[in-house]
Amino acid sequence: MLTKLVAPLTIVALLGLWQLACSTGLVPPFMLPSPVRVVRALVDDWPLLAGHAATSLAEAGMGLATGVALGFVAALAMDRFDLLYRAFYPIVVLTQTIPTVAIAPLLVLWFGYGMLPKVVLIVVATFFPITVGLLEGLRSVDPDEIDLMRAMGASRLQILHHVKLPAALPQLFSGLKISAAYAIVGAVIAEWLGGFSGLGVYMTRVRKAYSFDKMFAVIFLISGLSLALMWIVDALRRALMPWERQSREP
Amino acid sequence: MGKVYWYSLPAVSSANDAGYSKNSEKLPPKAALCSEGVNFKVAHLEIQGVSKGFDGVDILEGISMTVESGQIACLLGPSGCGKTTLFNVVAGLSSPQSGRVLLDGEDITGSPGHLSYMLQKDLLLQHKRIIDNVSLPLVLRGVPRDEARVQVAGLFETFGLEGTQMRWPSELSGGMRQRAALLRAYQYSRDFMLLDEPFSALDAFTKADMHTWFLDVAERMGTTSLIVTHDIDEAIMLADHIYVMRGNPQAGVPTTIVGEELIACPRSARAEFAVSETFLVHKRRIMGLLGR
Repeated sequence: MLTKLVAPLTIVALLGLWQLACSTGLVPPFMLPSPVRVVRALVDDWPLLAGHAATSLAEAGMGLATGVALGFVAALAMDRFDLLYRAFYPIVVLTQTIPTVAIAPLLVLWFGYGMLPKVVLIVVATFFPITVGLLEGLRSVDPDEIDLMRAMGASRLQILHHVKLPAALPQLFSGLKISAAYAIVGAVIAEWLGGFSGLGVYMTRVRKAYSFDKMFAVIFLISGLSLALMWIVDALRRALMPWERQSREP
Repeated sequence: MGKVYWYSLPAVSSANDAGYSKNSEKLPPKAALCSEGVNFKVAHLEIQGVSKGFDGVDILEGISMTVESGQIACLLGPSGCGKTTLFNVVAGLSSPQSGRVLLDGEDITGSPGHLSYMLQKDLLLQHKRIIDNVSLPLVLRGVPRDEARVQVAGLFETFGLEGTQMRWPSELSGGMRQRAALLRAYQYSRDFMLLDEPFSALDAFTKADMHTWFLDVAERMGTTSLIVTHDIDEAIMLADHIYVMRGNPQAGVPTTIVGEELIACPRSARAEFAVSETFLVHKRRIMGLLGR
């Protein structure tokens, strides 16, 4: 019970310290707004923020979905054909070394100020963790298990369905969780560089107006959204992997 | 010699040693090898002159053996002698360089899917409930899941698995998992089961229980089985017919079958048998064949 409360209590204590530092005048308000002011900014600007958040979430959702779909195709293909694995795996790793911030301006240049460059950036960022997670999961299956299935006359598709995919789920979900966090951050970074709507756009505007309370409000919102998305992934994992809970109900 | 084999007293059966020859004609008739009340299924495995090597190393050389219907046969050999290689050949997972594997006279060399097999590792799928693991062979054949569940449910009691249907494999003990693995193997093929050190991973007490249990189940189901093992005691405990393998492929000596041993104790009397004189006589003779 206590161990569960340690993390929230620490956060509350840190917020308290922050509030104290601001209200005693230790830190001037134009440099660091107090938590209370940040929350007020969040509440006051909520209608506007919600609209921008909807845009960012839509981009993140589309990018994540596309990244997951492409990741599945890539991982399954590389698992099935060793030649593809040898040819493309190094390239997949290479895409991960591309700094997202560096290609974002290029994407804006190529795809304009609409949603497309944002979605593409998120796809690039989320594709890798999904592909690698799923691929490693598929390849981690005990070869004896595969032999047993073959000996029972299972087809390749049946082996994939009954053995490989379920066995790959833990690693797939680890990748998915990372991707979910990347998706929101990716959307914001892409929006910094131009666009009409989105949390990144909002962030650029309030930064230029030196409204640091609003700046912090949007930062809180972004981490809140990332956490929520990661929580959804975890909930999905619990629902799809009931054997991890070892429940006895059918 | 050998005709009253089955019902013979320990003293008598120990008399027919004299170096059992590798002539299958001298095997006791089927009826003598299996005890009362079992209705036989015709399953008869024959391995003919199987040789196999990897990367220029000859592992198996001219392995020939026969498993009669309803028998439990054991292939006994030390670790590293190529037991698993032979196992894979019999299972059809790999092809021998020469030789054939016949099941009921049908050539099944190099083609998997004709007999069921089970390893030391239970290989239960962690993400399927016990009942779904056990009914997997039926599902693979195209039986819908719910129907497959119904079909296997009746055997849970016979295999000592009642109450575990809806459990996950991780919730079961090692012995129970092996039982489930055996029931799954039985679902795949009721006629012939190939077992590779099925009880080696278990502790001594569980292993002894599993031996008794296995003999009982094999008896009731009338299944023919071939058990590959390195455990002399286990072989004598379970087998009607032991084939002793010897060789050291890594040192350039391919493995061959160096002798056979027939165990003529009824399955129901095996528990007592383990502490009898006859048991030791068999053991001494097998150790002689293994060169110890």
